[in-house]
Amino acid sequence: MKVLLSWLRDFAPIEGDPVALGEALSDLGMAVEQMDLLGAGLDGIVVARVLATRPHPDADKVQLVDVDTGDGQTTQIVCGAFNMAAGDLVPLATVGTVMPGGLEIGRRKVRGEWSNGMLCSPRELGLGDDHGGIQILPAGLAVGADLVEAMGIQADVLYDLEINPNRPDAMSVAGVARDLAARLGVPFTLPEPAIEEVAASRLGSVSVEVEAPDLCGRFTARVLTGVTVGESDPAIARRLTLLGMRPINSLVDVSNYVMLELGQPSHPYDLAKVPGGGLRVRRARPGETLVTLDEVERRFTADDLLICDAHDRAIGIAGIMGGADTEIDAGTSDVLLEMAWFLPIAIAKTSRRLRLRSEASARFEKGTDPEVIDLAHRRFAELVAGSGSRLEAGTVDVRGDLPDRRPVTVRTGRLNRLLGTDLTGGEVAALLEPIGFASTVEGDPAATDGRVAVTVPPWRYDSATEIDVVEEVARHHGYTKIGTHLPPAAHAGRLSERQLERRRLRSLLVGRGLSEALPLPFLAPGDLARSGLPDDGIAIANPLVAEESILRTSLLPGLVRALATNAARRNTGVGLWEIGHVFRRPADEAAELPDEREMLGVALGGRDAAAAVHEWRAVAEVLAVTGVDVRNEPVPGLHPTRSARLVGPDGAPAGAVGEVDPAVLDAHGLGERVGWLEVDLDTVAGLARDPHTYREVSVYPSSDIDLAFEVDESVPAGDVEAALRGAAGDRLAALALFDVYRGPGIAEGRRSLAYTLRLDAPDHTLTDDEVAAVRRTCIAAVEERFPATLRG
Amino acid sequence: MTDDHTPAAPEGGGPGADDLVAAIGRLEDDARVRVAAAGSADELRAVESDVLGKRSGFNGLRKRLGGLDAESRRTVGKVLHAATEAVGAAVIERRAVLEAAQRTEQLLDERLDLTEVLPGRPAGHLHLVTQAIQELEDVFVGMGFTVAEGPEVETDWNNFGALNFPPWHPARDMYDTLYVDFGGPGSTVLRTHTSPVQVRVMSGGPPPYYSVMPGRVFRSDTADATHMPVFHQIEGLVVDRDITFADLAGTIDAFTKAYFGGDFTSRLRPSYFPFTEPSAEFDIQRPDGTWLELGGCGMVHPDVLRNCGIDPDEWQGFAFGFGIDRLAAARHGVDDLRDLFTNDIRFLTQF
Repeated sequence: MKVLLSWLRDFAPIEGDPVALGEALSDLGMAVEQMDLLGAGLDGIVVARVLATRPHPDADKVQLVDVDTGDGQTTQIVCGAFNMAAGDLVPLATVGTVMPGGLEIGRRKVRGEWSNGMLCSPRELGLGDDHGGIQILPAGLAVGADLVEAMGIQADVLYDLEINPNRPDAMSVAGVARDLAARLGVPFTLPEPAIEEVAASRLGSVSVEVEAPDLCGRFTARVLTGVTVGESDPAIARRLTLLGMRPINSLVDVSNYVMLELGQPSHPYDLAKVPGGGLRVRRARPGETLVTLDEVERRFTADDLLICDAHDRAIGIAGIMGGADTEIDAGTSDVLLEMAWFLPIAIAKTSRRLRLRSEASARFEKGTDPEVIDLAHRRFAELVAGSGSRLEAGTVDVRGDLPDRRPVTVRTGRLNRLLGTDLTGGEVAALLEPIGFASTVEGDPAATDGRVAVTVPPWRYDSATEIDVVEEVARHHGYTKIGTHLPPAAHAGRLSERQLERRRLRSLLVGRGLSEALPLPFLAPGDLARSGLPDDGIAIANPLVAEESILRTSLLPGLVRALATNAARRNTGVGLWEIGHVFRRPADEAAELPDEREMLGVALGGRDAAAAVHEWRAVAEVLAVTGVDVRNEPVPGLHPTRSARLVGPDGAPAGAVGEVDPAVLDAHGLGERVGWLEVDLDTVAGLARDPHTYREVSVYPSSDIDLAFEVDESVPAGDVEAALRGAAGDRLAALALFDVYRGPGIAEGRRSLAYTLRLDAPDHTLTDDEVAAVRRTCIAAVEERFPATLRG
Repeated sequence: MTDDHTPAAPEGGGPGADDLVAAIGRLEDDARVRVAAAGSADELRAVESDVLGKRSGFNGLRKRLGGLDAESRRTVGKVLHAATEAVGAAVIERRAVLEAAQRTEQLLDERLDLTEVLPGRPAGHLHLVTQAIQELEDVFVGMGFTVAEGPEVETDWNNFGALNFPPWHPARDMYDTLYVDFGGPGSTVLRTHTSPVQVRVMSGGPPPYYSVMPGRVFRSDTADATHMPVFHQIEGLVVDRDITFADLAGTIDAFTKAYFGGDFTSRLRPSYFPFTEPSAEFDIQRPDGTWLELGGCGMVHPDVLRNCGIDPDEWQGFAFGFGIDRLAAARHGVDDLRDLFTNDIRFLTQF
């Protein structure tokens, strides 16, 4: 919402520095997004007459303009606009002028031609939004005169305010003035329009029927006769333009002007074009259509409210936009002026469904003031009176359901307890009265724990409860005056075990040289299939682009794509990881939400499955999970003979490890192997953890034994290792696979697995016999359980 | 070699004593020459054994002392002792010289130019946004908060309904919501803020609550330099018996100083959110006097407390929230938010 300081001053004697006034507006919750000082900084700009225009010899986008600045000399200007002709008067910023934007005009050469100043557009002068050409000044001004003087330009301030949804009152200049006047402590008045009404002649034939009183709280119609439709008064056109509305004709402009000023939208109909001279307000019939002013055919549902003529033909969408047929035109002389109050939620619904917004709908959906309508009719008539129109006495006024305005009881004690203030009932009332919240203190006005009965004004549809009024008190008291205090600190802040564990994982991974990536969790259709995964991702119902229309079910596509992006930029061998959520269809069909899980994904560019297993072992150590098996088997998306599932006790699916399937790498244009690890952190969270109970470190010398077995390929080395661990028992301090061999000397279909076991005891040095006993047990365990033999 | 070790003419030497003394002198001279000539520790060890060992000339002469009279034996014995001591000292001295030379040679052999080392495995880097989240969590944990989390796909009720946004409420326009094709139409959303975690906290057990909720949120936004369809927020929720708007202002200010620095200040301006009332925007002021709009906050709306089963006349409190990505990006001069999600290793390893 834009407001002009001069317009605010029509309602209250607002004085002061424009910047300070802007800060007051912001402090009231109407944040100043932009402030323009109009008519300021125009010193040095003079009225010049165009003598001739010539092409620039060396440039197409600019021309040479010869102007007279009143001294009879010819001054050459290089200008990028072409909208002036010889004889036009134009504004010239002379050499040395500092423009409102800070630009200093110098004498300069443009492609070899001198420019001795700059011709200005309305926007450059701060006189409008137009930047399409040079401002052509009215004929008759004295050439060489100072522009500000010659044009009678008034200095003004234009504020662009951000208005929150709970401030319907601030959707009008008068409403902003009321709020600001209250803050500044100056009186606010809505002037009574100076208008004489004439006896009704046409009004009697106007009928209004409201069939949906629940959606239309008030509907009024008045008649203006003898209207001439032409160009607007320049003062009205100027204000409309500055507030961002395009002048159209004198009648439409006044309608917009009254809406900007008082917040009440109106709809002037050409009475001659309204068949039957009457209006009906009813719900649309499903499928009913209307061509609106913007030449678009709109189709309705039973939730939409229409304005119809007496023959029940739709002529407008209530509160949003009129139809094309009843539009005002140059031939209009009698006007049926509609002003109404519509239920905000109904307007909001229709506006959203039709994707049709208007200045009127923006106001109706926040809640307009049903009582300002009478003033607004008269203000409208006052502004068009200059063209000879007359307002007929009387109003056709139909009332439906309007908001209940029962007094709100504000408990001063509760107010103070919420705000941390010490306000008395009298102070509360004094803050509320100037913004129209009629307040009656019950009991002692000096008490800070009494009651105040507050009647909310009709222009505050948003405000209906105690807390709403408390907010108004806080706002006008001033947020900054409330002060600061800290809550009691008798509570312990900490991260949960899960959160600490996540941090340990992150530290581990960066310590292992892997960097954290943050891929978007969205996929394109086909991305899952391209990654070798089931194509069962949950879709986004209203995606902006197809590339972001599916929720990921795995971290694999995102991380592989990240590696591909890096590889395409000549960075291979990159190791990335991510801890993020995946979204899967839940097993339980009645589930309220998808199966959302936190996963760890690690993608090792240029490294193989063995490297991924190393990462898993490190991760498992940090997570302290016990009993998670690495089970060789194909996993979707992974290299079928280089993949394994991580399986917890009871078969819990804890993740997968291996290498990305070469076909998936091809599909992503990746030319290097990619080691892969994914861990389901939600599953892992439910697994038993090693409590890290201390195993005494022996001070006695340890003994190492090496055992090499020839083992059938069908037996996973992990099983052999598990058997050795079990057999070695308490004596085992460490165990490691140190050699794998296939080739001469080993039977086909077998390989040699060589392990080294370090044995010790906490209380003595193991004897040779003890070591030999462990050795025998280990050998027996492996040979008995598997197709395996000890190598000689 | 000092004068003390020079063999002196024996006094009152008996027969053969002079010969012996002369022989000792020759042996000593010879031994010194050999010791000095030893070129390595091994050679020196061999020389030492030769000239001072059991089979050395000195030992042979020592056996001949017995043939002298007592007086001579004493005198020659002294000379002999002095000579072997002197040779022994020469060996020690030579050994030190040889060891020093050997160490020097070894060190030269092992010389390494520490600027010509090939690259090893570099450190990995936490993502810029994660670093910011952890830092923010730490600040709030230090202020007595716990950290709460929740799902990114949420029910319409948790994301909007419980927070006082009825269907068709104009305030829903403040969010460009992405709906998920799950359950009934419009029933499931990608959370537009982390506020549904507040609903989960409040619905999950009785107050008091002192929690922050960091997390990923979603908007139907086309990615550009300043907008992403995915970004991160942190919100805070405090509900207790006597928490006031002044506590909110104080908490925001304490946080501002803890996170940005002691010379930063904050202010609250009236604003609107359906789930808080009174509502405010909070800005922080940099030491140079410029302001940065940071986030929104306010007193938890009584209807929101009621929706979560909490009596607003018994419990009250505040909530606040702000975006993390822009803050983190601005700190490091990253001016295009898309860079945060491209995962170019040259970007990731800069922070």
